[in-house]
Amino acid sequence: MIDLTALAEFAPAIWRGLLVTVEICAVSLMLGLVLGLVVALLGRLPFRPLHWLIRGYVEIWRGTPLLLQLFILYYGGPSLGFTPSAYLAGVLGMSLYTGAYLSEIFRGGFDAVPPGQIEAARMLGFTRLKTVRHIEVPQMLKLVVPPTTNQMISIIKESAVLSVITVPELTLTTTRIVSETFNVVEPYLLLGLAYWSITSLVAFASRRVERRLVQA
Amino acid sequence: MTELMEIGARNAAIQLRGVGKSFGAHKVLTGIDLDIGRGERVCIIGPSGSGKSTLLRCMVFLETYDEGEIHVEGRLLGYSVEGGVRKRDADVQVAAVRRNVGMVFQQFNLWPHMTALGNVGAALRVVKGLPRAEVDRISREALATVGLAHKADDYPQRLSGGQQQRVAIARALAMSPSILLFDEPTSALDPELVGEVLEVMRKLAGQGMTMVVVTHEMGFAAEVADRVIFMDGGRIIEQGPPSRLFSNPQSPRLAQFLDTWRSRNHSGSAS
Repeated sequence: MIDLTALAEFAPAIWRGLLVTVEICAVSLMLGLVLGLVVALLGRLPFRPLHWLIRGYVEIWRGTPLLLQLFILYYGGPSLGFTPSAYLAGVLGMSLYTGAYLSEIFRGGFDAVPPGQIEAARMLGFTRLKTVRHIEVPQMLKLVVPPTTNQMISIIKESAVLSVITVPELTLTTTRIVSETFNVVEPYLLLGLAYWSITSLVAFASRRVERRLVQA
Repeated sequence: MTELMEIGARNAAIQLRGVGKSFGAHKVLTGIDLDIGRGERVCIIGPSGSGKSTLLRCMVFLETYDEGEIHVEGRLLGYSVEGGVRKRDADVQVAAVRRNVGMVFQQFNLWPHMTALGNVGAALRVVKGLPRAEVDRISREALATVGLAHKADDYPQRLSGGQQQRVAIARALAMSPSILLFDEPTSALDPELVGEVLEVMRKLAGQGMTMVVVTHEMGFAAEVADRVIFMDGGRIIEQGPPSRLFSNPQSPRLAQFLDTWRSRNHSGSAS
């Protein structure tokens, strides 16, 4: 049976863990979003070495586990003269990881804008930058909301691995409760509920954004 | 006489001298000499793959050209010559040279995230930086010119192909060009929508707009053009007033092209 008094006992600690997860995810996803957009835009410059650099970044960060990237940052950083806090390593790792995925989604969104529309803008005197800003980005955004949402939800769930570099987020907090109290069902139920609440909120917000973009 | 021609050339809206272009090993334009006079209406016809669209796109540097010179309103397009060496211009310079040239595309190329009014006004706002009220006034005027004042707030996907193309024409007109280029403006349209677009073009021609039209609409060419240019294999084969060109073609290739067109049109005209 589910013990409600036990639930009440764990709830405050799990709530604190939830706040840490929300905070780290919010900061990392925002930074990742900006990074992804910048990388996607840089990829449109006609400059070959930049393309190789971007390819390398995307392939490495997308092709290896987040867990490994966090390990290298947090435990390997000090031997390279970089000693981040668990929190900083977490945000940095998650942002770079998110940026790699989102830059690919944004690149696809840019590629989907028909070249004829860009020619039309050029013929009317739009500079390259104005074409990007007024013609390409608005259409790209509309296309990328659903895949970006998917990616963000997936990354929020993956943030559970931050527990292995001692960030006191949801999963670490809950695991500690479980090992200290030997209560398994209630804490993990709460944990699941907590992740599900965050991802549902993100999904809800994304539907709102999508509706607004489609109307505009 | 030659002196007069020289003056004519300098006053030309667009002047091409020995223009050539290759896509890799494939030569798509060869030795094109052409003067488009101010206020002149020129139609370019020819079989598909003859280079007529490429030629039109070269006139605004949407395609680069490899040989010869193109002058738009007296200014060399796309290149600068420094110490006898030809250097490609930056986009901004190219834009400055062709700023009085408008273009209408086969696929309309409207921006789907803006209303008809938004499409027409975008360049006035973003490029010219005009105040909102003026953007609105000019845009509505341009939409009225193409008979679509009542569609100002509709998005392109809610408009028919003919209406979309008319919005595209209004979008070009809003920037008050002195030269308008049309790249097969009716080829992507259902047959019953061709008429409304041609009607707008006829109206513009009547107002003295310099027009260069790549088209398959022989009827339109015959009626509106001052001069028809027939291209084949990347060369200008024959040119002249439509009355002479259509009734008395000199080259066998043009004669054959017209025959094919006539037989196809007669068998198709019943529908």
